[in-house]
Amino acid sequence: MDLIWDGVTEALRLIFTGNGYVYEVTFTSLLVSGSATVIALVVGLSIASFLAFRAPPGRTLALSAFNAGMALPPVAVGLLVSIMLWRTGPLGQLHLLYSRTAIVIAQAVIATPVVAALSTAALQGLNPNLRLQVLALGASRWQAALLLFREARLSLLAAAMAGFGAAISEVGATIMVGGNSKGSTRTLTSAIVLEVQQGEFETAIALSFILLAVILSIITLFTVLQQRRPPA
Amino acid sequence: MSAPLLQLQNIVVERGRRRVLDVPCLNVLPNEVLAVVGPNGAGKSTLLRTIGLLERPARGSILFAGHPISGNPLPFRRRMGFVFQEPLLLDTSVESNVRSGLALRGVPASERQRRVEEWTVRFGIAELRRRSARTLSGGEAQRTSLARALVLEPEVLLLDEPFSSLDAPTRESLIDDLDVILTTRRVTTVFVTHDRTEALRLGDRIAVLMGGKLRQLGTAAEVFSSPVDSEVAAFVGVETIVPGRIREVSGGLASVAVGEITIETTTELQPGADVLVCLRPEDVIVSDLADAIPMSARNRLRVTVTRVRPAGPYVRLELDAGFTLVAHITKQSLEELTLSPGANAVASFKATAVHLIPHRRG
Repeated sequence: MDLIWDGVTEALRLIFTGNGYVYEVTFTSLLVSGSATVIALVVGLSIASFLAFRAPPGRTLALSAFNAGMALPPVAVGLLVSIMLWRTGPLGQLHLLYSRTAIVIAQAVIATPVVAALSTAALQGLNPNLRLQVLALGASRWQAALLLFREARLSLLAAAMAGFGAAISEVGATIMVGGNSKGSTRTLTSAIVLEVQQGEFETAIALSFILLAVILSIITLFTVLQQRRPPA
Repeated sequence: MSAPLLQLQNIVVERGRRRVLDVPCLNVLPNEVLAVVGPNGAGKSTLLRTIGLLERPARGSILFAGHPISGNPLPFRRRMGFVFQEPLLLDTSVESNVRSGLALRGVPASERQRRVEEWTVRFGIAELRRRSARTLSGGEAQRTSLARALVLEPEVLLLDEPFSSLDAPTRESLIDDLDVILTTRRVTTVFVTHDRTEALRLGDRIAVLMGGKLRQLGTAAEVFSSPVDSEVAAFVGVETIVPGRIREVSGGLASVAVGEITIETTTELQPGADVLVCLRPEDVIVSDLADAIPMSARNRLRVTVTRVRPAGPYVRLELDAGFTLVAHITKQSLEELTLSPGANAVASFKATAVHLIPHRRG
């Protein structure tokens, strides 16, 4: 118990003494996971719209794949992305391995199935005639999609939160494709792993508390947005 | 007759391999209310969605004011309004719901406000403007949905059983309001319903759709008094339907002028009202000129038999009473009365057997 308590005090000290290292890894975490979430939302919502509204043949098969994708092992994703980005790999020319961009790619791959699967379910939960009604009111395809996203905002924000959660809490792929190098690709999660490996449990616990605080703040923000009364 | 506003030509809609709609030709005339009736699964909603350009037919073409619709249907869709059976409101205020289509169609903001005010008042939902659509009753929600469609001032209004999920009193008051609006605004309307009374009440012409095919199209009198075949007859319920006007009402008893003839019935409507007089054929008693008529039958008309047709267990008689009156009698009665075309007889029915439906004159 003492260890955890020391960790909390250390966390508060790190936050309030303006420790540059902590701020830096927190910033990296937010930057890469935020970017990965945005990408996952754009790709995931597009996939969800296509599956839910167009009802293409093979939809159940595709949905099974995305549902299974929610349990995608991050280590496997890390390995796959690494192979793609190796100098001799298909995307080697881009020289992205061990960069923040590489982490963004890996986290986006992990978060996209989560967003796609949950968003498809959210959009399928809407009354199928609602889309026809919106089109009949004079909406173009894009306007219709935006209006329907707004109708499903509760579930879609839940999907966004799940996607962000999958990205920011991820560590296996992050270390594999990012390399955990200080000053560029070290995130809160990879920093915690490193501190534990070095036996710096106090710092590791402090960073864990900071990570939890960051997640709590962001998810609270999303939840407030989600629970807001619909605008008139 | 003016040129049709909408023309459907050789429309075929398929679901998988099943053909759910097959309409070689259907015209919707400007300013008319075309009521489409038919049993469940007849393809009524599919027809309406096809007209509303929400469902693409496998074959055939639709002309809007003479222009064939091809490519992007959006500009044409923006000239129509659609009301579904369920209100399908957006999760926002009543006012935003009514305004939603105007915004999508790019109507200027100042004009939007004017129209929203006008139509929320017209549908009696002005007090509810700030309310969340989620908190509305069924009737209020459907009023909002109708206001949302009519505020667009569409060239064509498409109504898909908009009253069927409402309780009777709510339905009546909403039909009354819509009737006034359709009469004064003369919006070209296609109105789908499985309710015969609603069709008679609002429709100028009636189309009968069965099994995806258009079986009959005509005025109420044509469709209900002379159904083309036994299937249509069984669905619409053969009836005598003639236009009339209430002359006077006293003590709950009304005299209705039907051409030269006066028919007595009961009503809550006011004198001067234009109505459709409806009479079920099984309520008409046919007798010899000499026979005594039951005292409770207040209506007694001299008729000439124009047509005799067996219809299963009974015989269907068409009688000329100054208008076409349809009666069902048993085969035994036919033999006893020796009725054949040209024969004279008396047709009688109780005042309570007559049903009046308010109907504006076309």
